[in-house]
Amino acid sequence: MTNKLIAPTRRTVLTGMAAGGALLATGLTPRFAQAQSSEPIRLGFQLHRTGIGAAYGRWYERTATAALKVVNDAGGINGRPVEILFEDDGTDPARGAEVFGKLATQSNCDLVFGALFSHVVIGTAPRAAELKVPYLVCSEGHHVASGMLNRWTLQPGITDVKSQVQGMAPFVTQNLGKKIAMIFPDFAFGHDHRDYFSAAVAAQGGEVIAQIAIPPTETTFTRYFPQIPAETEVIYHVMVGPAVLTFVKELGEFYGTGARPQLFGFMDSLEAVDIASPGLEFLDGSHFWEAHPRYKQADASEAETTYRAAVGVDDNGAAANDPADVATYSHMFSTWETLFIIKAAMEASGYQGAADRQKFVEALEAMTDFAEGNEHPQGAKTFNGKTHQTFGIQSISKVEGGKLVRVHQTTLADGQYPDEVDYTTQSF
Amino acid sequence: MQLGSIFLLALLEGLASASVLALTACGLSLVFGIMRVVNVAHGEFFMLGAVLAWFTASLIPGPPALAFAVALVVCPLIVGAIAALADMLVLKRLNYEPEATIVATIGLLYILQQGALTVFGPNALPVPAPVDFRFQFPGFGYSGYKIAVIVAAVLLLLGLWLILTRTRIGLVMRATQIDRATARAFGINVDRVYAGVFAMGAGLAAIAAVLIVPIQQAHYLMGADPLLLSFSVVIIGGLGSLRGTVVAALLIGMVDQMIPIFMPVVFPAYGAWFTPTLAKIMATLVVALVLVFRPQGLFGKRAA
Repeated sequence: MTNKLIAPTRRTVLTGMAAGGALLATGLTPRFAQAQSSEPIRLGFQLHRTGIGAAYGRWYERTATAALKVVNDAGGINGRPVEILFEDDGTDPARGAEVFGKLATQSNCDLVFGALFSHVVIGTAPRAAELKVPYLVCSEGHHVASGMLNRWTLQPGITDVKSQVQGMAPFVTQNLGKKIAMIFPDFAFGHDHRDYFSAAVAAQGGEVIAQIAIPPTETTFTRYFPQIPAETEVIYHVMVGPAVLTFVKELGEFYGTGARPQLFGFMDSLEAVDIASPGLEFLDGSHFWEAHPRYKQADASEAETTYRAAVGVDDNGAAANDPADVATYSHMFSTWETLFIIKAAMEASGYQGAADRQKFVEALEAMTDFAEGNEHPQGAKTFNGKTHQTFGIQSISKVEGGKLVRVHQTTLADGQYPDEVDYTTQSF
Repeated sequence: MQLGSIFLLALLEGLASASVLALTACGLSLVFGIMRVVNVAHGEFFMLGAVLAWFTASLIPGPPALAFAVALVVCPLIVGAIAALADMLVLKRLNYEPEATIVATIGLLYILQQGALTVFGPNALPVPAPVDFRFQFPGFGYSGYKIAVIVAAVLLLLGLWLILTRTRIGLVMRATQIDRATARAFGINVDRVYAGVFAMGAGLAAIAAVLIVPIQQAHYLMGADPLLLSFSVVIIGGLGSLRGTVVAALLIGMVDQMIPIFMPVVFPAYGAWFTPTLAKIMATLVVALVLVFRPQGLFGKRAA
């Protein structure tokens, strides 16, 4: 009885096999074609949600989510919806490599982007090459353009430190002073500042007379300041980590009401920190580098206004619904711009799925210019496909009445330097 | 900066870090001395005190001094209550066996740390200082609040000493420390003493943290350093000896600041060598030497 039910005749089996085989051979299975056209593109995001980079992570997630909405509202990528899978790496290199593997192999992401802290990027990049998955970093470090990483790692969304400091050094030596003491975090990112700012200052006829390295996990800073030489004309400070407010406050306390050198800071020292915090009054009149001015400038573009509204940032660079929640404004645009670059490169390469990852990297390497606009609100950029590095304009702002006002802007040419690597000659 | 100014700065910074360290380490020493429990979660009680200080300060409007005063009273009580609960629910059930309590307090460390991360988030949380004035010494300015911290810590340590030596609570605690069984035979509720001591140890860490938080900000990962330094201090000073703990805290606190502040000026050519990391290496080396040559610590009594 049951035998009759489950046993098909030889004829039906043959017919079924023939029909199924024909469909598979032509690749016209309706269900499969349907899946291919509407399955979302999955982008992994290596997020510093916890650990020393948490302030950046908070805003990177918001910015990327806002950009994702814009992309999906405009029809997604290649007509497919886009998803971002955020995964916390604890701002830790070992965890970063694990997260990359998880996103690439278990979550089947088409690529991974978003990492900022240079030690995480350097720890993760080898894994990207092993898995042959594109890794688009937003880290500022010179490690991409220096040739240290690999063909699968690119930095199309933010200028690297070497270019930034080369563009700004002339302003520092010409306007603030030539004898400079540097304070920087003691890891790859800080070492880029140490090496390339010192070289850029020397090229301008100035001199870095002290290099003071501070571990990025440090919580108390006063003990480092006596190393600042008495003849210092400018203190160049760049600090990262949860204790940046303490760092700046203690710097102010250390000089007190006495005479002090000029201050030139990288905005990293104040990211996610309110300039109006008690104890920071001494910063008035000092200068900061900003990639993207935190306070909306008088000549702000329309794209700038659109970007602020989309991410939810007010004109003072804080969350629109919470003025105490200050953004990491000088860095977070990189996740926004990187997402639009991913879109452009996927569309240029006709990206369909994991098999096209190499075509995606090649399409990105072929790009040269990003025009200012809604997709690139920070400004125009040139991209060097050989070094995998983008180059943009930088701003120098002065603290005036508790706000940062731009006083100088570099040009794209100011930040150019000779290529140190040609990744396009490397195999995939 | 003149040599004298640098010396003064190193001295002040050393005293500030030593005084807070002494408070934290006394808590650890007390718990070990009386309960024979090595509390690996001690740094997390410190962190909890700091994070709760931020939470309290953010709830209370008005001048920062008022919010700070409330935090200074409320936070150690809350942290102490959590510690007493941990003692009754976990440590007591392990019969205070040394190996088991070490593993249990490691677990407690992660529960407290990740709990703080979940509830209060991963960000650094600033607390405004209750007093805002600055001393201007020749060559440098110095936060008046840091000097207030030194004074407050000295007063608190004096208070602790008085409690332990002049009050009935102290007498009961010392009796339990000397002989648990005899104390019980004399009608002392040892369970309650243990819960109280564990709470007091955690409360001391929390007080130290509330004092430090206007200087350093609260952060869920801030417990590691105080734990490491406290262990160094109690090992050098002698586990269970309060006098030794205070002396060792002064020593470690001074080394921690003198090496990076003073030495680069004395030996400018080798300035880059004298980092706070070197100070930590030196402190750990001293710990190792003490363990090898004087395992009972500088002031500890040799086990009978």
